Amino acid sequence: MALPFARIGRAPRVSRPRPPFPLVAAGLLVGAAVLIPVAYLLFRAFGAADSTLDMLFRARSAAIIARSLLLVVIVTAGSVTIAVPVAFLATRTDLPWRRFWAVAIALPLVTPSYVAAMVAVAALGPRGMLQGLLDRVVGIDRLPAIYGLPGAALVLVLLCYPYVYIMVRASLRRMDPALEEAARGLGYGQMEALRRVVLPLLRPAIAAGALLVALYTLSDFGAVSLLGYETFTWAIYLQYETTFDRTAASALSLVLVVAAVSILMLESFTQARGRYYRSTAGTVRPHGVARLGRWRWVAFGLVGALFAIAVVAPLSVLAYWALRGGVQPGLSFPVAAAWNSVRVAALAAAVTSVTAFPVAVLAVRFGGRLTTLLDRASHIGFALPGIVIALALVFFGVNFVTPVYQTLALLVFAYVVLFLPAASGAIKASLMQLNPHVEEAARALGRSEWRVAAQVTIPMVMPGVLAGAAMVFLLTMKELPATLILAPLGFKTLATSVWSAASEAFFARAALPSVMLVAVAGVPAAYLLLRDAPRESNRSSQR
Amino acid sequence: MTIGFKSALVPVFALAASVLSAAACGTRTVEVTRQVPVEVTREVGREAGSLVVYSGRSESLVAPIIKQFSEATGVKVQVKYGDTAAVAATLLEEGSRSPADVFFAQDPGGLGAVGALLAPLPDRLLRRVPDWARSPEGRWVGVTARARVVVYDTRSFTEQDLPDSIRGFTAPEWKGRIGWAPTNASFLAMVAAMRQMWGDAETEQWVRGIQANGARSFQNNTAIVQAVGAGEIQVGFVNHYYLHRFLAEQGESFPARNYYTRAADPGSVVLISGIGVLSTAKNAANAEKFVEFMLGTVAQQYFASQTYEHPLISGVVSARGIPDVAGVAKPAIDVSKLSDLQGTQALLRRVGVIP
Repeated sequence: MALPFARIGRAPRVSRPRPPFPLVAAGLLVGAAVLIPVAYLLFRAFGAADSTLDMLFRARSAAIIARSLLLVVIVTAGSVTIAVPVAFLATRTDLPWRRFWAVAIALPLVTPSYVAAMVAVAALGPRGMLQGLLDRVVGIDRLPAIYGLPGAALVLVLLCYPYVYIMVRASLRRMDPALEEAARGLGYGQMEALRRVVLPLLRPAIAAGALLVALYTLSDFGAVSLLGYETFTWAIYLQYETTFDRTAASALSLVLVVAAVSILMLESFTQARGRYYRSTAGTVRPHGVARLGRWRWVAFGLVGALFAIAVVAPLSVLAYWALRGGVQPGLSFPVAAAWNSVRVAALAAAVTSVTAFPVAVLAVRFGGRLTTLLDRASHIGFALPGIVIALALVFFGVNFVTPVYQTLALLVFAYVVLFLPAASGAIKASLMQLNPHVEEAARALGRSEWRVAAQVTIPMVMPGVLAGAAMVFLLTMKELPATLILAPLGFKTLATSVWSAASEAFFARAALPSVMLVAVAGVPAAYLLLRDAPRESNRSSQR
Repeated sequence: MTIGFKSALVPVFALAASVLSAAACGTRTVEVTRQVPVEVTREVGREAGSLVVYSGRSESLVAPIIKQFSEATGVKVQVKYGDTAAVAATLLEEGSRSPADVFFAQDPGGLGAVGALLAPLPDRLLRRVPDWARSPEGRWVGVTARARVVVYDTRSFTEQDLPDSIRGFTAPEWKGRIGWAPTNASFLAMVAAMRQMWGDAETEQWVRGIQANGARSFQNNTAIVQAVGAGEIQVGFVNHYYLHRFLAEQGESFPARNYYTRAADPGSVVLISGIGVLSTAKNAANAEKFVEFMLGTVAQQYFASQTYEHPLISGVVSARGIPDVAGVAKPAIDVSKLSDLQGTQALLRRVGVIP
């Protein structure tokens, strides 16, 4: 049974207009930028064909790829399972403290993965803090080992679900309630309308978030190495760490590129060329708030539990370390580092959002072979280990743009290459919800392309832009390998301060900047994520 | 400054790092802190210039002593921190265009990897440290020494229970009790030492023996010491100084201690962190000054008391609980060969410890 005006599924094939020249030029520039790492890898791996093939066909390589992909599947599925219901509760219901949750639930994104893994081992290890607690209560001598797949999957799910959460939340805020109401009017129950209309409409957002989770999982080193789960990225790092072999590392990285491209192709299958907007006239009203009734506090408990596990528990362990260490020489509030972190993250968020815009517009409004290629290429940086991107940009920077080498400009450029898909994915998901006829109407009324973009498109996709900016901001705050290698000399951030202490077993000194990382990131994240919230709360108070 | 052309050499007194030394009073240990004045010559009337240091050693370890160098000499120092492998890879990518003057590395492997980019150091600097702690071609010099040790759970064992040699841990009674970090640079250096002393066949036998005992793999030394302290494992092969950081934070009750193997074997091989000057250095004179400072009493005392490492010059007081490096049974090996990582990696790969 098809709904009359929410045509979900394959849209009729219309001839697409040719994109205007400035958009194409911008797209080509972005494409060239994101392909720098791949070009570097090809250059480095070239001529090492023999030893590389030998390495790839070693029996363990296949097993390691299989292990990586298994982790990708588990973490992606886990993240989607947690994030979609939570996003719905925090956006569409009368859940208590909604505005608080909206931001708090996104915060694990700012935790560096090696910190999360260190905390997890200390807390949940066979003889960790939890065991100590249980020992006193029920006399448990040893917990099952957290190492390997279960630990790595747990830590990565708790770090990664915010990708899906932020994407879905933005999509829910922009979703046209008329579609859902029509379904209700046609006799669907609330749950069925949710399943048959809302969930399908969320598909682009869920897919975009899941894609980021999958690619990030592929690239993670901190969590998998500390939890002893051997993945492909771990094997790449091993080449640098044990033999300083850049050629072998580059060759292995190219395999990771292939894996990433495969995941991207898989994702494009899930994304039917559908319409995610209403086809009739009318504006999108703010959506209503579902009354949870007596389930309100159950929902509160569930969201609270997630917050406790993903944010409060790790912060408590860190606070405990800080207190246990007491006052030590070298312990101080890293104020300059905090300011640097915020400054560079804000810069990265702004530049990445601007850069992502043409990519998103080209992909959604002017789909074609070249734009699809551009969109996919922009995701590769997300799947590669940070050190690979950093070394690629060292090579590029020192040889071709020497004046900006080791300046903030090149560092921000690195963040753009790394985090572009987070921003473009969010903007794309929002753009799909906007009926192109609205833009066409503005054009028909005599507005120039620029004014249409500035006065119609951008305001309408703002939730996506802000969600993307929030993600890039949080990711930049915690980024380590590229920051260490490419930052101007002497440039410290909170992430580098944490690493500097944690890598040398100074737990107390690592704890303070870690806690600050979360605290400092919370404020701008709240600003970005709550931008259009007042309108909504006014309305619900009018009822 | 208007003094202009004539520059005068004026001795300046710089205050050294506070020195921690231990004095035993009966059964109690008392820590004594004293200030050591050090004479540094500083040119007045001329800009001291600048220096770019690439440090594979973490900021929490070396920033304080670099600051002292800066204060004592007036040289403006800029530092890039990272882990040794990443910094070495960066130097290799930068090649002759590198802005770096000095490379301060955590392990000889890192220095070996960029050996071709380093300039030979003057003899007067090389001769400050023992033969075994410098590059045979004079391209880098050791700054601190770190001993490989066996960290053990004091609730389960005393030092007497532990075997004389690291070979002893292949015995079946150690099954399920061992932790190691087979991908860690220091572990690789230990295996490299082992190959030199025992030959490849015996080394392989040892690795297989430990593997057969179900050794748990950790990412780094910190994780091993933490696991021994938690009682998750009973012994682990680590560098000596990590334990002392745990003791400093968690107190003497932290239930783990270091065991320097009684037999002079690879189990207690002494490794170095070292420093080299890039041949493309723009501030070569300051770079040499920096190396000299790191080999001086102030810096050596700093490393001994603040980072719990072994000093490489005499006349420095070790931190509490750390034996004098001269007293550690050192196996006779060629340190420069420890940077042969390819062969070591191949061996570990053959055994299946690393992919």
